[in-house]
Amino acid sequence: MQPVAVNPELDHVPAHHIGDRVIIAMEGVQKWFGDFQVLKDIDLQVRAGERIVVCGPSGSGKSTLIRCINQLEQHQKGRITVDGVELGRDLRTIDTVRREVGMVFQSFNLFPHLTVLGNCMLAPMKVRGASKAEARAIAMKYLERVRIPDQADKYPGQLSGGQQQRVAIARALCMNPKIMLFDEPTSALDPEMVKEVLDTMIGLADDGMTMLCVTHEMGFARSVADRVIFMDRGEIVEQAPPEEFFANPKSERTRNFLGQILPH
Amino acid sequence: MIRPFGYNEFLFILTAAQWTLALSAIAFLGGAIVGLGIALARTSTIKPLRLASTSYIQLFQGTPLLMQLFLVFFGATVLGFDVNPWAAAALGLTLNASAFLGEIWRGCIQAVPKGQWEAAGALGLRYPGRMMYVILPQAAKIALPPTVGFLVQLIKSTSLAAIIGFTELTRAGQIINNATFKPFLVFSIVAAIYFAMCWPLSLLSTYLERRLSAPAR
Ligand SMILES: Nc1ncnc2c1ncn2[C@@H]1O[C@H](COP(=O)(O)OP(=O)(O)O)[C@@H](O)[C@H]1O
Ligand SMILES: [Mg+2]
Repeated sequence: MQPVAVNPELDHVPAHHIGDRVIIAMEGVQKWFGDFQVLKDIDLQVRAGERIVVCGPSGSGKSTLIRCINQLEQHQKGRITVDGVELGRDLRTIDTVRREVGMVFQSFNLFPHLTVLGNCMLAPMKVRGASKAEARAIAMKYLERVRIPDQADKYPGQLSGGQQQRVAIARALCMNPKIMLFDEPTSALDPEMVKEVLDTMIGLADDGMTMLCVTHEMGFARSVADRVIFMDRGEIVEQAPPEEFFANPKSERTRNFLGQILPH
Repeated sequence: MIRPFGYNEFLFILTAAQWTLALSAIAFLGGAIVGLGIALARTSTIKPLRLASTSYIQLFQGTPLLMQLFLVFFGATVLGFDVNPWAAAALGLTLNASAFLGEIWRGCIQAVPKGQWEAAGALGLRYPGRMMYVILPQAAKIALPPTVGFLVQLIKSTSLAAIIGFTELTRAGQIINNATFKPFLVFSIVAAIYFAMCWPLSLLSTYLERRLSAPAR
């Protein structure tokens, strides 16, 4: 007998997979670019298996926030702990964390001089020390997972934007990360390619991956996110489960923002 | 006594061309090895390395190559080392080439989009891996045309080694001219040999540049 879905909006949110374990903890994180403060006293806890969507106006510090998690940007104040490792100035902590955290960029950033397979095999071989055969097997597994195995021998320049972004997701997954960061993964795509990338991300969410996604795809946020975070001017203004976030935004700033991006 | 210009004189000049090639090859190879280090230091996040490499480049680009050769040749003698013109020319040209190649390659490394560096870092690659597998292969492609172009300059620069007494192509021409007093003939032949070495490389550089600016595969 099929269980009856009481609230259809919760279909994609089987809350059971979210553990109590905090996998990312940011406490009082602050960052400046010169005199300009990009992050003001950020407190954020992410539990293992949680899916978080970060939204907010352009320049509000969303990218900087998630880039601090894998230290593509260094914070100047506060503490960031990822899977039990506190990110310090010590390069080894950064190495450790980067192995566990995958990242997908708006502009794909595939390596143009390597084939799709080469892109996916590089880190397993050079970082994890996998043999060529092992790395190839890992790469093919994830290329199949993003439904693009037939493009394995092509170069990134020969693929469509949507295909490139799926390769970028596969490349990150090849490191078997515990956490995936997405920085506006569909913003550079032609509209007809957005869905294939979002579907790939939904598949990942269904498998219980811990995800932080900066995106303005509010349909994705509604169906996938456990929590939506709204940022403005370097602060987390509001955070709530999507149904609450969209139905009853508390802050004026959130309401304004939603008014601008949601279809009326 | 004036000698006529015959086959032997021509052969003497032609054989000396191999020393021009050898000197160019050594200076290019040495310059490439040191130059790569200079380029990496110039793009480093470590400030003292950046400062030191910048000064090195400015020093060698801001003084005439002939003075650098004099300083190596006579300077070594003053310091008590017994250097022959061959070693002095090779060392002087290597240092000079490394500064120019270092600066050319710095630009090529910086021309690789920042996102490539970040993506490699996000995958857990450290500096050596990022450089070796991601940045340098892309920089090398950009670097090929100007590097071949520089090689043409380098081959022509080796003629200055004649002044410190190293018998390469130019010096061989001087020697034959002193014996035959046929400057126009002798130096035309010398120039023609330089041209034969440099022109194909210039063509190659132009071809590589055109191929690079063509739309990507
Ligand atoms: N490397 C940098 N140097 C200086 N300012 C930066 C840099 N990166 C981002 N900023 C500034 O920090 C602010 C936040 O940037 P970002 O985190 O990219 O915002 P978002 O992703 O929300 O659009 C912006 O005003 C941006 O101009
Ligand atoms: Mg951004």
